[in-house]
Amino acid sequence: MQISELRPLLPELMLASLGLLMLIVEAFVKRKEVVAVIALISAFVAFFSLILLSRAGSVFGGMFIQDGYSVFFKLIFIINLMLSILISVRYLKTENSFHGEFYCLLIFSTCGMMIMASAGNLITLYLGLELMALSTYVLAGFVRHDTKSSEAAVKYFLTGGFSTALLLYGISLIYGVTGSMDLRTITSYITAHDISANPMAALALVLTASAFAFKIAAVPFHMWAPDVYEGAPTPVTAFMSIGPKAAGFAVLVRVFFETFGHLSSEWSMIFIVLSILTMFVGNVMALVQTNIKRMLAYSSIAHAGYALIGIIAATPEGVSATMNYLFIYTFMNIGAFTVVLMLGTKEFKAVEISDYAGLGKTHPVLGGAMLIFMFSLTGIPPMAGFMGKFYVFMAAVKSGYLWLSILAVLFSVISAFFYLRIVMYMYMKDPVNVETFNEPTPLNGLSISLAISAVFVLLIGVMPERFVEFARAAAKIM
Amino acid sequence: MNYALAEQSHVLTVAIFLPVLAAIAMMFVGKERHSEIKWGALAATIANLAAMMPLFTAFDKTSAKMQFVSSLPWIRAWNINYYVGVDGISVLFVLLSAIVAILCVLVSWTSVKDKVKEFYIAILLIEGAMIGVFSSLDMFLFYMFWEAMLIPMYLLIGIWGGPNRLYAAVKFFLYTLVGSVLMLLGVIAIYQTTGTFDMVKLMSTQLPVGMQMMLFWAFFAAFAVKVPMFPVHTWLPDAHTEAPTAGSVILAAILIKMGAYGFLRFSLPMFPDASLAMTPVMIALSVIAIIYGGIICLSQTDLKRLIAYSSVSHMGFVTLGIFSLNMQGMEGGVLQMINHGVITGGLFLCVGMVYERSHTRQIADYGGLANVMPIFSALFMVFTFASVGLPGTNGFVGEFLIILGAFTANKTAGILSATGVIIGAVYMLWLYQKVFYTEINKKIAGLNDISSREVITLVPLLILVFWIGFYPSAFTGFMDASVVSLLGKLKASNMNALNTVIQAVPR
Repeated sequence: MQISELRPLLPELMLASLGLLMLIVEAFVKRKEVVAVIALISAFVAFFSLILLSRAGSVFGGMFIQDGYSVFFKLIFIINLMLSILISVRYLKTENSFHGEFYCLLIFSTCGMMIMASAGNLITLYLGLELMALSTYVLAGFVRHDTKSSEAAVKYFLTGGFSTALLLYGISLIYGVTGSMDLRTITSYITAHDISANPMAALALVLTASAFAFKIAAVPFHMWAPDVYEGAPTPVTAFMSIGPKAAGFAVLVRVFFETFGHLSSEWSMIFIVLSILTMFVGNVMALVQTNIKRMLAYSSIAHAGYALIGIIAATPEGVSATMNYLFIYTFMNIGAFTVVLMLGTKEFKAVEISDYAGLGKTHPVLGGAMLIFMFSLTGIPPMAGFMGKFYVFMAAVKSGYLWLSILAVLFSVISAFFYLRIVMYMYMKDPVNVETFNEPTPLNGLSISLAISAVFVLLIGVMPERFVEFARAAAKIM
Repeated sequence: MNYALAEQSHVLTVAIFLPVLAAIAMMFVGKERHSEIKWGALAATIANLAAMMPLFTAFDKTSAKMQFVSSLPWIRAWNINYYVGVDGISVLFVLLSAIVAILCVLVSWTSVKDKVKEFYIAILLIEGAMIGVFSSLDMFLFYMFWEAMLIPMYLLIGIWGGPNRLYAAVKFFLYTLVGSVLMLLGVIAIYQTTGTFDMVKLMSTQLPVGMQMMLFWAFFAAFAVKVPMFPVHTWLPDAHTEAPTAGSVILAAILIKMGAYGFLRFSLPMFPDASLAMTPVMIALSVIAIIYGGIICLSQTDLKRLIAYSSVSHMGFVTLGIFSLNMQGMEGGVLQMINHGVITGGLFLCVGMVYERSHTRQIADYGGLANVMPIFSALFMVFTFASVGLPGTNGFVGEFLIILGAFTANKTAGILSATGVIIGAVYMLWLYQKVFYTEINKKIAGLNDISSREVITLVPLLILVFWIGFYPSAFTGFMDASVVSLLGKLKASNMNALNTVIQAVPR
């Protein structure tokens, strides 16, 4: 085997080796900012090796596939990584948990997600998933002196371990039915043999779907999400409300749409039920939250429901709609968490919704940005969130799921209620906690992340053409 | 259509984006520099009206075609274009929007003291979105403006509104959002059937009758909430009452016209068969709105709330006129939309002016105002008479045409709606009497009469009241060709529908 054959794998190799290097460097530097900077550089290296140096192809006998689809998801993961690094520095410092390992873990987790997106074999998929999950468990409990953080880590670990068990069980059943772990071999097996009547195959699909539903926090596999999102350090919450979720979608499409696409009539019902439940529970539960992290947790549950609609459509158009949705979701969600982080201080975490009273007056820029993110999450044009929903509904209506779209838009009206409540607090109530707010410094990682998120949310909302074309091209390659 | 060959006009593009750019520029002005902000907003709105003068002078009244068309590819993947243009129906609303925006800036000059910068940014953004709604010829673009407008409007009511503003703002937002999202699915369904968002193309496309029915109701949801028609009107009194004066004026003069405009622009030309079939329902709902809205006015104790409910009644006339589906009714409907914008806009401006002085909206707190503020009372009287529909004012022309049209279409509806005019006279004159005559109430004694700035604010609307009242053809002239062509389409479709029915009968 020649080294050049590894080129499709280059971004992951870069990221993993830089991550290992950082572990060593970390031990020798006093100023941990250095590690953060190296982490950011690593993310950029991965980014450029992904779009410039890497090429499409498969490695290790098809176990690892680099194609337009995986590149699209990897971009989401790397953007998520960059923004998460940017928003974490100040938080970790104020929490006295500024250790370099944090960034190594972020990088390993991202690496796991990237491997998931490229999985051509169920074993690779499992390896990537575990790398992602194990790193994230540690991240969730990173602020050790905070009991809530530890609680979140334990909860996440236990439920995550359970879902992994489901996945393994599903994989073993798939192997039992088809005699292979390789996704392409499985596809050719099920095109040649009709397994739709095989109960073992049905069980395998249900188990695998459940495991993925855990990762994307779809109802009824969402129970862990609110507690973990609330307890975990806020930058980690931002990171894992996007990364693992998008990675879950990446493998979900890979396995169900690409591999078991023939059986879409068998599995689509699973996802229809999941999607409706997810939108319903996510939006309704978010209504009654008073903690903004919990509210965003339920909102992120609900958004998984919308993204699922694209997969239910079971067309390349639907898949690209889902991908587009996740891409947009990345920016608006990170943006919202960035605002939360910017306001918080050591004593005053700014996590209660009532803490946001009068923000529009005291911090016009932050308030304005939060306004953009909230309307984007609701799906009001000209914000990007509208484009995401529009594309998903286009795909769903085309596949004959008008009724599902009607349900979805009605749920999004419910969502308007709790997103608007934040706007209401910010602009329509008088400030109460002015002096407790953190004074945002003009230029730091947080403000850069805020600017990037806001610009992209507006840009995709007004000029969506390139992004839509990108997602379409990526989905067509499948 | 080959866009490269079509002549591109930038008048509408400038009209839409000039206020938006002004708003963006204003974001960078220091928030304490109130006078620069106010003068800037005034300059931007006046410049915008000036920039759209070609619409008034160079509009070809003999043509039913879209004019001042401009088109650019926007999202090629879905065949979406930035496509704007106006015909005889929409051109009037574009002009009215620009005028109303100026008045809103003027009336808020002293009354808005808190978050001044944000206020004028919101007004400018609303102006851009309003003009965008009336000039969009691409359904997607239309929807963008239609929805985008909710954001500044929600903020306008919620931030600068009255004591119960939070409730009113959320109610307004949720009501209109429910309607809009259903329309969005309708838009998507049309695209999936025809492959285009181009409204001009769709107006000459025959959609399957069954689908038309579904789409009619999907769009009805959006438009009926905005108008607001009878069962879904309850957001309006709250929003109107709690909104700041500028917000009430925008709501009354422009925003609720969008619903009726939607019926004219989408429902009638694109779903003609469904519209014809649903005419009885629409007429019934309109008549209910006229009478019910009028009766409710009689029991109001709040000035603004009374005018708000009168809007329900007057908008009932508008939809009645439109769904009479004849020349008089439809022209009356469109004209009455303008009239209602002018009259109710004027009334809300007046109420705003007096509220700024007295800080009460309770009718019982007033009395004898004619002695305290004589100029103001005279101006208010003009709008009252116009609202009642006194001959010589614009209200008369509009309502007369509509009732004429309604009689031709449906005698019962004509008679009932004429009753509505009487009720209208009762509550408006009753209001005028209570507020301006009788003894001077101590609470309002000693108020200053209105300033010259405020008189200037009202003058444009006064001119319109009499201009339309005495010489309506200056305005109906704009829409003649467009209304004739729309009616022609409906007649043709009527024949089609008959043929479909005949062919469907089993032999």
